[in-house]
Amino acid sequence: MAIATALPHELEPVAGAPMSYWRTVAWRLAHDRMTLVAGSALALIVLSAVLAPWLAPYDPNAGSIRLRLAPVGAPAHILGTDEQGRDMLSRLLWGGRMTLVAALTPVLIGFVLGTGLGVLAGYVGGLTNTLVMRTMDIFYAFPAVLLAIAISGALGPGLPNTLISLSIVFVPRVVRVAESATVQVKGLEYIAAARASGAGVGAIMRHHLFANVLGPILVFASTQVSLSIILAAGLSFLGLGVTPPAAEWGLMLNTLRQSIYVNAVVPALPGLAIFVTSMAFNLLSDGLRDAMEIRA
Amino acid sequence: MWAYAGRRLLLAIPTLLGASIIVFAMVHLAPGDPIAAVMPAESSQAEIEATKRAYGFDKPLPVQYLVWLGHVVQGDLGRSIATRRPVILDVRDSLVNSLVLALSSSALSFVLGIALGLLAAFRQGRALDKIASAVAIVGVSVPHYWAGIILIIVFSVQLNWLPAMGAADGGGPLEYLRHMALPTVALSLIPLGVITRVVRSAALDILNQEFVLALRAKGLAARRVFTHVVKNSAPQIFTVLGLQFGFQLGGSVLVEAVFSWPGTGYLLNLAIFQRDIPVLQGVILVLATFFVLLNLAVDLLQTLVDPRIARH
Repeated sequence: MAIATALPHELEPVAGAPMSYWRTVAWRLAHDRMTLVAGSALALIVLSAVLAPWLAPYDPNAGSIRLRLAPVGAPAHILGTDEQGRDMLSRLLWGGRMTLVAALTPVLIGFVLGTGLGVLAGYVGGLTNTLVMRTMDIFYAFPAVLLAIAISGALGPGLPNTLISLSIVFVPRVVRVAESATVQVKGLEYIAAARASGAGVGAIMRHHLFANVLGPILVFASTQVSLSIILAAGLSFLGLGVTPPAAEWGLMLNTLRQSIYVNAVVPALPGLAIFVTSMAFNLLSDGLRDAMEIRA
Repeated sequence: MWAYAGRRLLLAIPTLLGASIIVFAMVHLAPGDPIAAVMPAESSQAEIEATKRAYGFDKPLPVQYLVWLGHVVQGDLGRSIATRRPVILDVRDSLVNSLVLALSSSALSFVLGIALGLLAAFRQGRALDKIASAVAIVGVSVPHYWAGIILIIVFSVQLNWLPAMGAADGGGPLEYLRHMALPTVALSLIPLGVITRVVRSAALDILNQEFVLALRAKGLAARRVFTHVVKNSAPQIFTVLGLQFGFQLGGSVLVEAVFSWPGTGYLLNLAIFQRDIPVLQGVILVLATFFVLLNLAVDLLQTLVDPRIARH
C-alpha cells in the first residue's frame, strides 16, 4: 500500500541488479524517518553509556552532604544532585551502562539459547518437541514480571541474579517463536528438495533453516528489549537488582523517590531515561519489523 | 467442543504441576540454608535440627515436594517465617485488594483501548490514528512504576488532590476509591498500549478484506459495516483482553510497591524484603494458578465466540 502511494523518488531503487534481501531491509530502514530518529537517539544513549567514564564530570559515587538535591541547572551540576549530593548527570551516564548491560544480556542469552532449542524442537519434532515445548509452557504459567520477581526474590539481589532471572523469562518466549517459525519453514518444498539431494540434518539446519527463521526470531527478540529494560530497572527498583551504591536507573529511581516532596524534577530523571530508551528500542523494532515485512 | 474443552483442561494440569515445581524449587534457589537465615545467631545445633525437622527439611527433596504439594492442594501454604501467621490468610486478604485494582484498571484500559483502537482503524492515517499510535507506543514503553511516581508528584505532591499511599483501611468506600485512583491509572498504561495496538491491527485486517468492500459496495450504512468489522475482530480482541487481565493481576507488584497498595504485590515485596520464603512461595503459587485458570477460561470462552477454533 505504501509503495503504491509513494512518490517516484521514494520508490525503492529497481534499476540494475536486484538488491539482496538484507540490503533491501537496510535501505528501507535508512529511509524510514521514525527509525532514523529512534536509531540516532539510541546510538546517543548507547554511546554515552559506553563513554561514561570519560563523559561523566564527577565520580558517580562521590557525594557531598552540603549539596543534597540541588535542582536541575544548579551551578556545576547541570542535572542537579541526588539525595546524597552525588552529581545526577554522572550517575545517569554510569547508570545507563548498568541498565543496558542488565537488560541486553538476558535478551541476547534468550536469543541464542532460545533459537537453538526452538529450531531443534521444531526440526526434530516428536518426543523432543513435546519435551521442550511442554517445559517452556510451564514458564508461561507466570506473567513475565512475576516470574522475574519470583526468581530474583528467591536468588537475592545482585547483577548476576538479575541476569539469570531475566534470561529465564526470555528463553521460553524465544523458543516458542523459533519453534513455530521452524515448523513453518520445515514444511516448505525447498527443504524437501535439499533433503532429497542428500543434505544431512546438520547442513539443512545450518544453511537452510537458520537463514529463514532468523528474521522472525530477530524481530521478536528486538521487541523484547524494551520489556527487558523495564524489568531490569524494575528489579533494582524493588531492591532486587544492582546493589547500592552502584548507579543504575531503576535503583536511582527507588532511592530518589523519598525526595519527591523536596525536589520534584530530579527524582523523575532516571525514570525518564528508562522511558526514552525503552521507547527508542520499541520504535526501532517496529521499523525493523516493517522493513523485514514480518507480521507480528 | 466438549472434547476440546476436556483436552484443554487436561493440558492445564501438567502446566500447574510444573509451576508448582518451580515455586517449590524457590526455597532451594535461595542462597544459604533456608533455616539458618531465620534462626537467631546463638541457636544451638540441636535447635537448628529441630526447626529443620519441623519444616520437613531433613527429608529427601522429592518427598519434601510431595508433602508440600499435599498441603498446598488442601489450602495449607505454610506459615510466614516473619509473622507465624498462616500464609493463606495473608494471601487471601491481599488478593481481594489486587483483584479490585486489576478489575478497575482493566475496565479503564479495555474501554479506552478498544475505543481508541477501533477509531484509529476506521480513521487510518488521520490525526486520530496518529494519536492512537502515540498512546500505544507510550503505553508499551513506559516503565509503569515511574509513571506511578509521576502521578504522585503531580496529583498528590503538587496539586494535593489524591492520596499517594495505602488503601485507607476503615476510611469508608469513598476514601477507598480515592486511594484507588492513581494506582488504577498507573496499572492501566501498559494494557492500554497493548490493547489499542492489537484492536487497531485486528480491525484493520478485517477492514481490508473483500467482504467489507462488498458490504460498502451494496450501500450498507457505515454503522452497520462497523458492526460487521467489530464482530469479526472480536475473537482476537477477546484473547488480548483475557491475557491483559491476567498480566494486571500478576504484574501489579511494581505499582503496588509504589503506592503501598496492600495487595499481593505489596505482600510479595514485603516477603522479599524480609526473606520470608513461605509467603513468597504462597503468593506466587496462588497468582500463577489464577493466571493458568484465567488463560484456560479465555481459551474455552473463545470457542464459544468463535467455534472454528475447537475444530483445529
